[in-house]
Amino acid sequence: MAEIQVENLQKSFGDFAAVKDSNFVVENGEFFVLLGPSGCGKTTTLRMIAGLELPTSGRILLGGDDVTFKRAGERDIAFVFQLFALYPHMNVRKNIGFSLKCQGMPHAEINRRVEEAARILRIEHILDKSVSGLSGGDRQRVALGRAIVREPMCFLMDEPLGALDSEFRHLMCGELRGLHNRLKATTVYVTHDQVEAMSMADKIAVMNRGVIEQFGPPQEIYARPASMFVADFIGSPPMNFLHFHAGIARGAGETLLGDAVIRMPALHEDVAPRDLALGVRPEHIAFDDSSALRGSVYGSEYLGTTQIVTVNTPFGQVKARTKSTGEVRPGENVGLRLASSRLSLFDKQSGRAVRSALFEGAAHG
Amino acid sequence: MAEVRLEQVEKRFGDVTAVTGIDLTIHDGEFVVLLGPTGAGKTTTLRLIAGLEKPDHGRVSIGGRDATPLSPMERNTAFVFQQYSLYPHLSVFDNLAFPLRSPARRVDEETIRHTVERVAKLLRIEQKLQNRATRLSGGEMQRVAIGRALVRSPSIYLMDEPLSSLDAKLRSELRLELKHIQQDLGATVLYVTHDQTEAMTMATRIGVLDHGRLVQIGSPREIYESPRNIYVATRLGMPSINLVPPSAFPAHPAPAGTRTIGARTEHVGIARANGGTHAKVEWIEHLGDQNHLHLAVGEHKLVTLVDPEVDLSVGDAIDIALRQPLYFGADGERIRG
Repeated sequence: MAEIQVENLQKSFGDFAAVKDSNFVVENGEFFVLLGPSGCGKTTTLRMIAGLELPTSGRILLGGDDVTFKRAGERDIAFVFQLFALYPHMNVRKNIGFSLKCQGMPHAEINRRVEEAARILRIEHILDKSVSGLSGGDRQRVALGRAIVREPMCFLMDEPLGALDSEFRHLMCGELRGLHNRLKATTVYVTHDQVEAMSMADKIAVMNRGVIEQFGPPQEIYARPASMFVADFIGSPPMNFLHFHAGIARGAGETLLGDAVIRMPALHEDVAPRDLALGVRPEHIAFDDSSALRGSVYGSEYLGTTQIVTVNTPFGQVKARTKSTGEVRPGENVGLRLASSRLSLFDKQSGRAVRSALFEGAAHG
Repeated sequence: MAEVRLEQVEKRFGDVTAVTGIDLTIHDGEFVVLLGPTGAGKTTTLRLIAGLEKPDHGRVSIGGRDATPLSPMERNTAFVFQQYSLYPHLSVFDNLAFPLRSPARRVDEETIRHTVERVAKLLRIEQKLQNRATRLSGGEMQRVAIGRALVRSPSIYLMDEPLSSLDAKLRSELRLELKHIQQDLGATVLYVTHDQTEAMTMATRIGVLDHGRLVQIGSPREIYESPRNIYVATRLGMPSINLVPPSAFPAHPAPAGTRTIGARTEHVGIARANGGTHAKVEWIEHLGDQNHLHLAVGEHKLVTLVDPEVDLSVGDAIDIALRQPLYFGADGERIRG
């Protein structure tokens, strides 16, 4: 198993820059997720690591070796596509062992590896079945088995759960992460689904238009988004933005939203008067009638343990996640209390987060 | 709008019984969601009300009148399908006006224009009226499809998974909008879906279907908090309800006959190990706003929600106390504790 280093990686298709100056390190044994909307460059990045695409410039190191211009077959990796691509005329055992047979590996060794993979994936009981009758989940396990038997230095996965329905997808996330905990293989996983990324990753790189906007552990990206794009892309519902215009001095720990004084993490830079957005996660909004920040309830969505309440304020619409025990009525005027220490502030023009005390704990976040 | 009533409705296709013994009243102005997996009979129920299928047994009445012998036209229902099938050669305006221009309806152009503009405003597509229908995003196309139903004044709106082809973000926006429009119009809606979030967030009442039978009907809160059996209990809730035998919690006084204990997050109290029922933290899944805590109690697994602030690590031993969980007997039916 191995570390993957990506240095100043660029890829252009004609005039279009698909990936711009990407830098990141995937540590040995890490589960790393490239997350972003379609067209952001995440799959192109993965294909360059795999050797299916050559970079325009930059370097890729696999276990310390420069593999930038090595062919895919010379890199010790296993690529897992949408996990349904199986050979329909072969049984499970033959599907899993196929790549080893192609390498000319002795029969006994193939059998040993296939059975080991089946044990890890808990599919020993279906080894001699035909793949055509299998459930979606089992087909996916077989496809994973084909990658595992090769015992590669790392796994590269491109939206492997994309074809599954949402509830089952979450179940398979748990299974994939459990598998990773057993194998400890360096894994790069591409998805546009933030829930998948949050639930499985050791580290996430959020990509947008060919650029890595933020790189770090899931909780840190969630709690301290570096840009409005990241804040909006992560979370369900995503981070709320309260829009206002102000200038705020370095060191200030509060700002005015209309008549309401909003306390927030002290700023580490001066902000000249401009359009700003205060970012607050849904679970950091509580109802408090004494608050001067007010809005009118637009609707509430019951979710069992919790509910999402949508409130229209003079600074934009926000969604609050609260316990489902307190009922609210549409049209009701409510006061909103924001969790001061958790607030983000963004410069709307650049979309970047203003540096503040929020980021102080970032290193061990 | 009108009240729609099904009485002992049954429909078979050859040997397959699609729905049976359905008794359901959708009150005027109510938003009823039928929830169930593929093959539960959701779509068949809609089609029986629309008159696209004839029941083998039972009665469908609309507005107090027996509709069973009536044609789809005479029933005057409005159907929204999963696949927004718009007329690609027509503008958004003409797509919306199409149902009103039917020769059977004889609506004058002035009234049509008023109606289309009002509905377009409601759905926030008034700027797109002159666009070709194919030059719209998926969310806009689905709004036009819903709008084609809204321009009419039907007895009931029948909606067959209208949001399922949209991406997650758009779906959550349209959920809230659809509910709002329904309340503003006082519309009667029967909506079918396999998505529990749609059911919980939009419904006045949820009807849970299983193999063609209506197992339970009630408000989202009733269905969530007081399910009739294990099947209904597993339909709602994320993470889904934990089902364990009483032997996993020997100290917990379960009523006689309990075969399965159903424990949601609200029923699971956790604390640092102090001699109670021991569990081990196997894995903490960080989902941002909430964490899923995966616990092992002996050979049984439990998943519960915890605040991200809770200071626990993999391998920690903790105590679990059940607080008024649900109990189910050998037949899967609820036992009131």
